[in-house]
Amino acid sequence: MTSYALFLGCTIPARQPSYEVSARRTLAKLGVELVDLANMTCCAPPPVQSLDLETGLSIAAYNICLAEEADLNMVTLCTGCFESLAMTNAMLKENEKLKARVNHILSRAGKEFEGSKEVKHYLQVLLDDVGPKRLKENVSKNLSSLKVASFSGCHLLRPSALLKFDDPEKPHIFDDLIETLGAKSIWYRNKLKCCGGLLRGYADDVALAIAREKIVNTTKAGADCIVTLCPFCFLTLDLGQVLMKSTFHEEYNMPILHYSELLALALGIDPTELALQFHKIKVYGVLNKIG
Amino acid sequence: MKRGKGERTASQAFSDVVASHLGGETITLCYQCGTCASSCPVARVTPRFNPREVIKLSLLGEKDEVLSGNAIWLCCSCYNCQERCPQKVEIADVIYALRNIAVKEGNIPNIYSEFAAGLIDEGRIVPISKFLEKKRPDFGLPPIKPTGVDAVRKILAITGFDKIKHEKEDAL
Repeated sequence: MTSYALFLGCTIPARQPSYEVSARRTLAKLGVELVDLANMTCCAPPPVQSLDLETGLSIAAYNICLAEEADLNMVTLCTGCFESLAMTNAMLKENEKLKARVNHILSRAGKEFEGSKEVKHYLQVLLDDVGPKRLKENVSKNLSSLKVASFSGCHLLRPSALLKFDDPEKPHIFDDLIETLGAKSIWYRNKLKCCGGLLRGYADDVALAIAREKIVNTTKAGADCIVTLCPFCFLTLDLGQVLMKSTFHEEYNMPILHYSELLALALGIDPTELALQFHKIKVYGVLNKIG
Repeated sequence: MKRGKGERTASQAFSDVVASHLGGETITLCYQCGTCASSCPVARVTPRFNPREVIKLSLLGEKDEVLSGNAIWLCCSCYNCQERCPQKVEIADVIYALRNIAVKEGNIPNIYSEFAAGLIDEGRIVPISKFLEKKRPDFGLPPIKPTGVDAVRKILAITGFDKIKHEKEDAL
């Protein structure tokens, strides 16, 4: 059985049990073991990098050290965590000088970054360790009437020079894995544009204006739901619609699902076991379309 | 004012500072084509931010305007500009460098002080919800493992980051 150290991050345990439940259940069903390690911390995402990039790289590297010590590759559920950790992993593996600088800092915490492990996103594990063929074989529900607007989140793809996940201008991996489940992944205007989530808390008006574009564009394209890979995009678009209602008096009711939830439903896991009640925008419409 | 050979102008001095900072190394490659601005999701919805302007002002040595203004904090870190820059200016990373310099000079937005405080106090910038932590068994989720806050504090002490919060408190 393939095993990974799970990097759970902050936003998921703080707000989105449905993501964690569906991710754990789907990977268990598909034969991937998750190991919960003690002493992980914040991944040091853009807000920390903004305060001090060297500190951000050091904290990210510290967490990778824990996986190295456990002799496990690491998997993240959050696209933000993926970016912080995978970017740091790549930067330190490529740049000896930077690695030495970070290791000097880490020595205070009794750690040394080796660069011996991989950091992968949940989607990448599904792709590499399960594969589209086996995913398809395990699908027991009919999703063929479901039109999905995919939105991976910026930090699965960019900065592509470090993350090397997919073509940053014409990505297809995520859409392919949606179609593997039998649903249709549709095109919509400005699909690759950011959700604006990182501006929440600093410039809420700007963040909401950007999120609104995403909801408007997916609605116009006739999507039944948006499927994401990032708890921050999820929050921005799900809770965001509640704010759009109070701010702009506009009601869209566009359900936002994590890919892991869509996969769980496709694999026939009982929806009542997925903590779906934590969605602000209810997902009944999507459940009704799954046969 | 006449300058002697080899003397640096104020604008060169500031761009040198940015270029010597982690993330800021590529700033001087910019030729102001505007590909970044036309790729920017923030610039689409507000005139308050334009990445090309931020780079231009930095190259012109307008240090105070750049470091004390709001613009550098309005980048949403999506890296669209960085992917498309024909000059390979690492624009999002340059903006991190500018933010890092601003923080060192004491210009730190409130929300970022809160992030720093969360990191120092709990090792996380988003606190764990006590309510959801208690509910985890109901969803079949294992308990949350302890956070390595001591290790974070040791890292912060050596990078000098732990002073950010204290400086903020002193200023109040």
